Amino acid sequence: MSYKAKFKVWRGEGGEGRLEDFTVEVNEGEVVLDIIHRLQATQAPDLAVRWNCKAGKCGSCSMEINGKPRLGCMTRMSTFAEDETITVTPMRTFPVIKDLVTDVSFNYQKAREIPSFTPPADVRPGEYRMQQVDVERSQEFRKCIECFMCNNVCHVIRDHEENKAAFAGPRYLMRIAELDMHPYDVADRKEAAQQEHGLGYCNITKCCTEVCPEHIKITDNALIPMKERVVDRRYDPLVWLGNKIFKRSK
Amino acid sequence: MTQTTPDAPVRRQRAQVKVRTLRTDRWWVVPLLTFLALSAFLIYGFWAIFDDSIFVDPYIAPFSSPCLAEATCPEGARLFGWAPIGDWYTLPGGLLILGLPGGFRFTCYYYRKSYYRSFWLSPPACAVQEPHGKYTGESRFPLIIQNIHRYFFYAAIVVGLILAYDAVLALVHKPAGVGTWVLIANAVLINAYTLSCHSCRHITAGRLNHFSRHPLRYKAWTFVSKLNAKHQQLAWASMFSVMGADLYVRLVAKGIIAFPFA
Repeated sequence: MSYKAKFKVWRGEGGEGRLEDFTVEVNEGEVVLDIIHRLQATQAPDLAVRWNCKAGKCGSCSMEINGKPRLGCMTRMSTFAEDETITVTPMRTFPVIKDLVTDVSFNYQKAREIPSFTPPADVRPGEYRMQQVDVERSQEFRKCIECFMCNNVCHVIRDHEENKAAFAGPRYLMRIAELDMHPYDVADRKEAAQQEHGLGYCNITKCCTEVCPEHIKITDNALIPMKERVVDRRYDPLVWLGNKIFKRSK
Repeated sequence: MTQTTPDAPVRRQRAQVKVRTLRTDRWWVVPLLTFLALSAFLIYGFWAIFDDSIFVDPYIAPFSSPCLAEATCPEGARLFGWAPIGDWYTLPGGLLILGLPGGFRFTCYYYRKSYYRSFWLSPPACAVQEPHGKYTGESRFPLIIQNIHRYFFYAAIVVGLILAYDAVLALVHKPAGVGTWVLIANAVLINAYTLSCHSCRHITAGRLNHFSRHPLRYKAWTFVSKLNAKHQQLAWASMFSVMGADLYVRLVAKGIIAFPFA
C-alpha cells in the first residue's frame, strides 16, 4: 500500500538554510532513510545525507526526525500517520556541512583526549587473567555504534556551545567508565573524569539513554556509577579513611 | 569541510532552526505531571509537619516516625518507649526527622532527573531547548552538594527499618486492621526504594573492579541492580504510599475514618 507523505527537510550549508517542503511516495515497510533516498532519486539529487549499512549498526544516518534524534534507517514510516508532516533536520549540536550531514569531529577530538587502556607495567600482553563477570559491565558499553546521538541530545552542549571545551559528552564519559571498571586498567580515570572531562556537568536527565539505538543504559550503568566512583575519590571522607586504613588502591 | 574559525562562530554553523523544538508529540505532559505530583508531595509534607494527629494506637504516622521529642510524642508513639529529646523541644516532631528521608529523596539520582526537568526545565524534555543562558550542572556549588547522597542513604536505611518496626508492631497489636496493612505495604515500598538506590548499588559492589574475587558482594550487587532497574517506579510508588499511609493514620487519629477495622 503506498501513499504520498509530506516531508520538510533541512537544506543548506554551514548552518544557513531552511526547511524545504516535499511530497513523496511511501511504500509499505519503508523507513525514513528510504524516503530520503527517494527524494535524492526523484526531486533533490544534490540532497546530502550520510548513510552506510541501513541496518542500524554503523551509526551513520543519525538525524532528527520530528525533533527527536533518530537513526533514519531504523525509523519506520509506519510509526507516522499518513497525513502527518514529517520534519527531518540534521543533528542540532554539531556544525552542518551540507543538508543532513554534520561535522561530528568534536566527538573524535573528545575520543583522542582520553588516555587509552593502561595495564599495570608488570603485566604483559597474554598474561591478563579475568572472568566474564569482571568485564560484563564494560561489554555493554562496547555495543556503542558511535552514532553520536547521545552527545547530540545532551543539553549540556546542545543548548550551551560554550561547554563543549569542558564536557566530553555521555559517549566519552561512558568510555571513561568502561576503562575505569576494567580489572586491568590502572590509570586514574576518576580525577580526570571530573576535572578534565566534565562529569560534574551531567545532571543525569537521561536523554542519552532515551535516544541510544543500542539501548545502552548510559546513565544508570556508566554515568551514575562513575559519579559514585568520583564521590569515593573526592567527596567521601569515610572512603578516604577506609582506603588509608586498609591500604586499598582501587 | 566546515571548520570553526574566529570569524565564523561555531553557534552560527549549526542548523539555524528558529524554534525551541521540532518535536510534535506532547513532550510537556510528563514534566507537567511530575511538577504537579512533586508539588503535591511537598505541600502535603509541609502540612503534615504541623499537624499533630500523629498517633492512634497502634499506628504512628510515617512522616512522624521515629517520634523523638518528649513534649510532642504521645506515650505509645515513642520508639522503644524512649524520647531522647527532652521536653524543652516544643516544635513539631516531624521537623527533627523529615530532613533525612527528604534529603534522601532530594539528592536521589531519579528525583534529580525529575525536578531538573520539571521544575528547573534543564531540559524540560529531550531535544527541547532549555531557557537558561548558562549551565554548569553539578560541577560547582550549590549542586555539587548532591554528592552527599550516600550519607542520606545511610540515614534512609535506618528510617526504613523504623517504619518496618512500626508496621510489625501494628501487625502484632492489630493484625486485622486496615491501617496495619497500609503500614506494611508502605514499609515494603520504602525499603525497596531505599535498597534500589544507585548509591546502594555502588556500595554493595559497584565500586569493585574484580567481581570474581567478591562473590557474595557480587550477588548482592546483582540483586540491587535488579531493584535499581525499577528505581523510578519504586520512587513514585513509595512516595504515594508514604503520603497515603501518613494521611490514613492521621484521618484515623482525627476520627474521620472510623469504621470497625480501621
